[in-house]
Amino acid sequence: MSLTGIFLITFLPVHLLGNLQLMASDGGELFNTYAYFMTNNPLIKFISYGLYFFIILHTVQGLMLAAKNRKAKGSKYMVNTYSNKSWSSNNMALLGILIFAFLCIHMGDFWFKMKFTNQLKTVSTYAGYEGIAIKDLYHRVSVAYDQLWIVIVYLVGLVALAFHLVHGFASAFQTLGLNHKKYTPIIKTLGLAYSILIPIGFAIIPIYMYFT
Amino acid sequence: MKLNLKVWRQKNNKVKGAFKAYSVEASEDMSFLEMMDVLNEKLIADKEEPVAFEHDCREGICGSCNMVINGKPHGPQKGTTTCQLHMRHFKDGDDIVIEPFRAAAFPVIKDLVVDRSSFDSIIQAGGYISVNTGQAPDGNAIPIEKDLAGQAFDAATCIGCGACVAACPNGSAMLFTSAKISHLGLLPQGEVEHTKRVKNMVETMDKEGFGMCSNMGACEVECPKEISIENIARMNRSYIASVFGAAE
Amino acid sequence: MSTIQLQSNSPKGDLATKWTQYRGSMNLVAPNNKRRLDVIIVGTGLAGASAAATMAELGYNVKAFTFHDSPRRAHSIAAQGGINAAKNYQNDGDSTYRLFYDTIKGGDYRSRESNVYRLAEVSANIIDQCVAQGVPFAREYGGLLANRSFGGVQVSRTFYARGQTGQQLLIGAYQALSRQISSGKVKMYNRHEMLDLVLIDGKARGIITRNLLTGQLERHAAHCVVLATGGYGNVFYLSTNAMGSNVSAAWRSVKRGALMANPCYTQIHPTCIPVSGHYQSKLTLMSESLRNDGRVWVPKHIEDAKAIQKGEKKGVDIPEEDRDYYLERRYPAFGNLVPRDVASRAAKIACDEGKGVAPTGLAVFLDFASAIERYGNAEATSRGLKNANVTQLGEEVVAAKYGNLFEMYEKITGEDPYKNPMKIYPAVHYTMGGLWVDYNLQTNIPGLFALGEANFSDHGANRLGASALMQGLADGYFVIPYTIGTFLADEIRTPAFTTDAPEFAEVEREVAERILKLKHVNGSQSVESFHRRLGQIMWEYCGMSRNAEGLKKGRQMIRDLRDEFYRDVFIPGDIEDYNPELEKATRVADFLELGELMMLDALDRNESCGGHFREEYKSAEGEAARDDKNYTYVAAWEWDDNDPSVHKETLQFDNVELKTRSYK
Repeated sequence: MSLTGIFLITFLPVHLLGNLQLMASDGGELFNTYAYFMTNNPLIKFISYGLYFFIILHTVQGLMLAAKNRKAKGSKYMVNTYSNKSWSSNNMALLGILIFAFLCIHMGDFWFKMKFTNQLKTVSTYAGYEGIAIKDLYHRVSVAYDQLWIVIVYLVGLVALAFHLVHGFASAFQTLGLNHKKYTPIIKTLGLAYSILIPIGFAIIPIYMYFT
Repeated sequence: MKLNLKVWRQKNNKVKGAFKAYSVEASEDMSFLEMMDVLNEKLIADKEEPVAFEHDCREGICGSCNMVINGKPHGPQKGTTTCQLHMRHFKDGDDIVIEPFRAAAFPVIKDLVVDRSSFDSIIQAGGYISVNTGQAPDGNAIPIEKDLAGQAFDAATCIGCGACVAACPNGSAMLFTSAKISHLGLLPQGEVEHTKRVKNMVETMDKEGFGMCSNMGACEVECPKEISIENIARMNRSYIASVFGAAE
Repeated sequence: MSTIQLQSNSPKGDLATKWTQYRGSMNLVAPNNKRRLDVIIVGTGLAGASAAATMAELGYNVKAFTFHDSPRRAHSIAAQGGINAAKNYQNDGDSTYRLFYDTIKGGDYRSRESNVYRLAEVSANIIDQCVAQGVPFAREYGGLLANRSFGGVQVSRTFYARGQTGQQLLIGAYQALSRQISSGKVKMYNRHEMLDLVLIDGKARGIITRNLLTGQLERHAAHCVVLATGGYGNVFYLSTNAMGSNVSAAWRSVKRGALMANPCYTQIHPTCIPVSGHYQSKLTLMSESLRNDGRVWVPKHIEDAKAIQKGEKKGVDIPEEDRDYYLERRYPAFGNLVPRDVASRAAKIACDEGKGVAPTGLAVFLDFASAIERYGNAEATSRGLKNANVTQLGEEVVAAKYGNLFEMYEKITGEDPYKNPMKIYPAVHYTMGGLWVDYNLQTNIPGLFALGEANFSDHGANRLGASALMQGLADGYFVIPYTIGTFLADEIRTPAFTTDAPEFAEVEREVAERILKLKHVNGSQSVESFHRRLGQIMWEYCGMSRNAEGLKKGRQMIRDLRDEFYRDVFIPGDIEDYNPELEKATRVADFLELGELMMLDALDRNESCGGHFREEYKSAEGEAARDDKNYTYVAAWEWDDNDPSVHKETLQFDNVELKTRSYK
């Protein structure tokens, strides 16, 4: 759980940096060439399959853990005044399922359409890539983000991600046995900042694109 | 003061239990268990079966008493067992819901009494230092740093009540197990067997049907001896090392 | 009735080398034979768990029994202050002889020399053993073991683990026991209560237990039976004992012919939290270690005491010159650290004079104000602080030493002991009396042994603080594993016993009948109410001070109460079920007989010694007055429903001179 989680945590800022290029006012050149690079570089391809594997592994592990723990608890209390447990730490499985569902939509909308269909038009005039037909993913994204409901789905997904991270970030360190009087409070603060800033970073993009 | 109780009644593990309402007249100098005594005296006078609950020392040290009071193991006061909880922390007319500790590894025996023998199994799997009587060197042969001894002591204060398991939505016994592992593993005497101990105790814990830790931290809040989840991290560290460490 | 000749079986020879020589020459059981011998151990507190673990290590097949859900819950766990050992780590002149002497003197010269010397001798090994097991004793900055002082001694020989020494020692023994359970050498029976002893041809060969979960009676056979079932202080209902502590295992053995020695020797602990109401179910001890720094006092003037009782004044309102630090005044040499019996009686006297400081009039102050000031000043000086808050610094030092006790006091009373002096009053704590045993810890029934608080042997008429843990572990780790060989060496040809013998069937039938009889009374009063009334009678007539007239009256009252019990007790629930009320009923039934024997013993002992204070026998200054000429003996009682009879073991003192105990 913790190892796959930490891997996924490291993926997020990379993904965010790439996506921020969507906001470059260049009609999508920067973003599309970046997307082309990301889908064609053999090393990145290898890492991305690793990523898919880890997403699925993290999800499966999480569901198994939730099932095991539900069984270990047996019956529930009538009065539940959970102490010290943030709402997110108590609802990690639910948040995880939400995020997974979001990922399915997200992947189906962009990744699947780009890789396995010919619905996207191509551009072959980008500087440095003349003559290569690059799929205009930027266009697909901007079409999607013009629809309010899609923006809302994204925002919901990101809120779920934020809450998932609020617990998950520090928790991963505790599970790996990294607990220290001095450093744990720092990890916790970092984790909280991370859980807020990264999803906000992602959220800015659809909002920005919806309004422009 | 008058209190309205809702108490879990269950004849045994084979039948289903249910809540039953009672009202009790208590005084604020009473301990929570003395309030339960008053209830039971009343039930006996009415020729009814009293509420079964476990208790013994009534000084907060034997770890027998176990009740979930208004959703909290050992009730609302921090760092306090049920027997040391006094009624001055409640108000006249309060509603109090009393339930047994709930976890699959703690099956209900009767009413509020549960079977915690799974804790004994965990200790039997390695919660000791293998030294026969008479083999010991002089007590002062190994000096131990005062702070280190203090840290080991903090973990050793565990009374084996099971509040950590009861508080954990996963029914996990990691705080209990890790407290013993810390107590023994921090001391030079216990270091020798540390790796083997960690592996055996963790595996037994899983086998007994306890859940996995997902770091919610409810256990350390409800622990009447305020044992820290730092111990769980220490155990995780050692467990990872025992699995990936040198082959035996 | 024939007189039983009580042989102490103390080996001959020089006191200091007796045990070593005896150990080196006693009969042994070879390892291959130990495997063939079964031992039953009842009770898994300090004595029982340590004995079970050690005997299993040696190779015996051990069956251990506890009525608790786990061996870790025994009441040894509640001991706070510490454990004595003659290590002389502090270089303050301690020695085996001094610990022996202090124990004999503290016990008011009513214990057996040879047993006490052995106890002092093995005390040092206990510390070594416990350290090796991982018991986190308090340490100095240099990493070595720390010590503190306890009542009745002038050296610092008490090892401690904060205020939880008993817990840590019991967990150590529990872990050693757990190790043997996992190796298969000990078969552990949790939630099993011994309800009777089975004799075959006059030897103890088994027990009948009740499985407390199912209510089933079970038979268990072995070559011998060891009882480590603790003391009987709960006969007083209110005591510092755990709710479940009981006399039944020992008492059932008495009814099968074992002798109960010195049952009237009861220790009343001076520093307990006073009773606050009629609903009270137990009393809580505040460790004796508090008397290292706390000063005991009551107001000099009755008017002040009355005002405090009514809540018009507080302890802090009484000026220094109007306080009577009566222990310091009466016993300048030992001051607040006089032995428990002396401190308790002094508190009673003060309260009897009307100077008590609780609404009930039954409490004295234990004041830490001067300790806080003293420590605060020392701390300010050592840290070089000029305008420091001395009180705060002092409170920090006191908190580091006694924090958990202060916290416990505040939880129970709702008062802050840092700001107001604690209120304390004596309460029943420990019973020095118990099953009569010889030097081998064997009772007069061959094959039946008794360890720890369950026997009578080491503390005489008063136990010193921090000596109960010492005795429990000495008996379990270092005495019984050897001395049991003196009995078992002759049993190696005896095949393992089965429970098919007619003796087992007969005893089981008797137990079943007894339970049925109790259940069938079907009266109207709860077991608890009888227990409470018994306790009141015991406290009134056989408590801190006793007199012949009261004891006679008390005895009759108990007999009447016992009749009423069998006429009107009500036990809800079923026999063959988990039934705590039935458990209580069988225990209280036994207390109702023991209580009578205690009255009788107290009446028979026409002297005052240790915890036994007869108002008729006191010195001009009101101190206990022994009668060494007529009462230097152990009174071992044989029970009979109508007229129990006493057998005497004369106590020989060859190494100490009998003196009037003085702590002045």
